[in-house]
Amino acid sequence: MVADPVPLQLAAELFPNGISRYAIGGLFVGLGAAVIYVGTGISAGASTFLESTLSYVSSQSRFQQYVASRDWRLVFTLGIILGAAVYAVVYQNGAWTTDVAWWRLLLGGIFVGIGTRVGKGCTSGHGVCGVGSASKTSLAGVLAFLLVAILTAQVVAALGVTP
Amino acid sequence: MATSTDRHPLFIPLVLVGGLIFGFGLGYSHMARPEVVLNFLQFEDFGLLFVMFGGAAVTGIVFFVMPRVLDRAPLTGDPFERRLKSFDRNVLIGGAIFGVGWGLSGICPGAAYASLGIGNVTILWALAGMFIGACLQGWWRSRATDGVDPSPTGAD
Repeated sequence: MVADPVPLQLAAELFPNGISRYAIGGLFVGLGAAVIYVGTGISAGASTFLESTLSYVSSQSRFQQYVASRDWRLVFTLGIILGAAVYAVVYQNGAWTTDVAWWRLLLGGIFVGIGTRVGKGCTSGHGVCGVGSASKTSLAGVLAFLLVAILTAQVVAALGVTP
Repeated sequence: MATSTDRHPLFIPLVLVGGLIFGFGLGYSHMARPEVVLNFLQFEDFGLLFVMFGGAAVTGIVFFVMPRVLDRAPLTGDPFERRLKSFDRNVLIGGAIFGVGWGLSGICPGAAYASLGIGNVTILWALAGMFIGACLQGWWRSRATDGVDPSPTGAD
């Protein structure tokens, strides 16, 4: 048996599921943001939806500043849900559910909710639109959350929490 | 920013179409599955880099080209600008807090919405957490800015 050349072995190790699903999916994510930008000039992020939607139920000034954009942000989020549902209907056999423990999702979600608002963006705002803008602020933000997330996930795994 | 009364009739439909494509991409790239994100963070599958930088490559081209071919966005009349936010220590502090949450749960806001779409009802735990977090932060920030200090925080 002939062994794979070293680059192929390395690629198989780094990308056990190949790269096409990630690259093609990423292009669609960018395309979705691009469609909105071309029509409206808005670079959309996903996390502001959390605050803008809270303006429907809270009169806090922090949320009320998003009243003008809360309806289209709701539509954007509904679009994301439906778009993923289209993927699921075409490529996935039935619903898929995670095995990650509920307390990890809840506690992690709380940190995500606080952090994205304090840090002015998330993986779509900073990661896709901000990096696409070559924004130094966004590059710093991405570096901060990537490094801390890697550290956190490695520590949690080392403590034996799976998944 | 256009208000809801004087908006172009195609504004909301376009946002919906953009969201559909965005969400399809999150489904196709498997980012809607926390396990796949956790595999990346644990150095078992580096595919996530292609998602983020693949997406940024597309927006980068569009952000570069559009201001050079059109003066104003057709549906809003707004100028084409890049997404540039002011830098301060909150970017790093908030980024680090977000990082703890992302590393713990494997899910970020856009991917959480998409996760609902692929039938992952369990992700409602994370969505509840995100709303609680945004609520706590907004309550705290409103108190800080409505109170004695009238100076703008420049948070957005």
